[in-house]
Amino acid sequence: MSENLSAFAYLLASVCFIMALRGLSSPLTARMGNIYGIAGMVIAVVTTLAAPTVLSFTMILLGMVIGGAIGTVIALKIEMTALPQLVAAFHSLVGLAAVFVAAAAFYEPAAYGIGVAGDIAVASLVEMSIGTAIGAITFTGSIVAFAKLQGLVSGAPVVFSGQHALNAFLGLLLVGLVVWFCGEESPMLFWAIVLLSGAIGLLIIIPIGGADMPVVISMLNSYSGWAACGIGFTLANPALIITGALVGSSGAILSYIMCKGMNRSFFNVILGGFGGEDAAAGVVATGDKTVRQGSAEDAAFIMKNAGSVIIVPGYGMAVAQAQHALREMAELLKAEGIKVSYAIHPVAGRMPGHMNVLLAEANVPYDEVFELESINRDFASTDVAFVIGANDVTNPVAKTDPASPIYGMPILDVENAGTVLFVKRSLSPGYAGVDNVLFYRDNTMMFFDDAKAMSEDIVNALGTM
Amino acid sequence: METDKIVEQASGLAKNAKALATEAEALMARVSQLNLQADHGGADTFVFYFSIFVLAIFVGYYVVWSVTPALHSPLMSVTNAISSVIIVGALIAAGPVDMSFSKVFGFIAVVLASVNIFGGFIVSQRMLSMFKKKK
Repeated sequence: MSENLSAFAYLLASVCFIMALRGLSSPLTARMGNIYGIAGMVIAVVTTLAAPTVLSFTMILLGMVIGGAIGTVIALKIEMTALPQLVAAFHSLVGLAAVFVAAAAFYEPAAYGIGVAGDIAVASLVEMSIGTAIGAITFTGSIVAFAKLQGLVSGAPVVFSGQHALNAFLGLLLVGLVVWFCGEESPMLFWAIVLLSGAIGLLIIIPIGGADMPVVISMLNSYSGWAACGIGFTLANPALIITGALVGSSGAILSYIMCKGMNRSFFNVILGGFGGEDAAAGVVATGDKTVRQGSAEDAAFIMKNAGSVIIVPGYGMAVAQAQHALREMAELLKAEGIKVSYAIHPVAGRMPGHMNVLLAEANVPYDEVFELESINRDFASTDVAFVIGANDVTNPVAKTDPASPIYGMPILDVENAGTVLFVKRSLSPGYAGVDNVLFYRDNTMMFFDDAKAMSEDIVNALGTM
Repeated sequence: METDKIVEQASGLAKNAKALATEAEALMARVSQLNLQADHGGADTFVFYFSIFVLAIFVGYYVVWSVTPALHSPLMSVTNAISSVIIVGALIAAGPVDMSFSKVFGFIAVVLASVNIFGGFIVSQRMLSMFKKKK
């Protein structure tokens, strides 16, 4: 294939990738978008296979079959609740692939037209080392994120004194190594960059707590894009540069949205040390405040006599796998002529949009599911807010108490609903360690049980009523 | 007689040498010209690719903001799948006939990127097929 023709083909592939992202603007066009993405990938791969330097196909075919089989099996088997760790694992593979491609280019620069071994153009060396470093950081960082999400290691932040100083020192050391590598071009220095970057990736993710994982995953998503970009510059491949930039900015935007959802600055999250997997803060003195406790029958009765119900699901609902029982409950209520909708907080899951996928999997129609901005005003005109497995995202102190750690965080205004029903295992505070004043209000009723068990009990109670 | 032969040979050699020298000179000129072009072209290519890079960031910025928040998870898995276009670098490395370090690295990268491509697109498709409208 001539160079001009392949350049056009890569451009076509890039346009397909842009269309793939564009398709995600609505669930109606999203599947078509995914097809565009697949088409773009096929075009890019075929174009490369037709390049004059690609002559032997056995290893390539073997690699694609092995990798493709593994990827297909994993993608078909994975539970939707495990989606965040899957994405983290996939990010690590992109990072590692970037490292290996850079290594290949370093050992055989002639194949990429960037010089001969031992005499590679300096610009290419710089691009190569940037791609390698970001790739290695993405790799180890994603492995840590995966281990935390999968529960292989504790989600609690790992902090030690001098941590930030150490990270800063290693960062400077990395810059020094890159400069040295560009002058010396020795393989040893190349692998030293890989190892050091890997260590940095590890160190920057361990201090970040389990509850901040949505930001971490988005950030690693962004990194994997920039790594691809760095490699794209080395290989002078526009498709790779464009795709890397798209992915990089996408991840950056998602990180920003997640930070905003928690009212945290990006640096605050990165510097870490905030929030463990569970409510580590322990028991907050409740004093002599009393709560109204109810049974499944009470909940069923209240909701059955309401005109409208807004369900607020949180991560606790996903952990308990209550989404199917919850959807069944909603179906029964809808059959009674009650208007049911779902309100989703931006950080309701463990990754951006996670809760929407979990509800969609339980066959909740997407036009009953609303984002915070579009539904918040409706709480005032709603009879019942049914909060299940969520806590901090409904706490009004975020609006009223400047001293609270969650002050300024956007919350769902469930307090404005006629009655608030809370399904929660205990009165313990959320991960932010803040007591929720809603629990003690007169129009609040608490249901202390597992989210799934309670939803099933309510379904049964509704059935017998 | 012997001397004549030697002189003849010598003059022949001298002629050859002269021709070679001219050729070498021409080559030198060509090389320096190419070098100049390469230097010049090198700077230009970087700027060219950098322009693409910056414009692509802007495209990404506006396209991603238009993605509905409900589809942020599929957005992640799709971007993850398409970032595996890094496989093009792996294919070039794995392409030559002769075995080398580079070819082995390329092979590993092909496997890793393929896991991602197939896994990423399939899991995205699975997710997206779940999003249904009210009946």
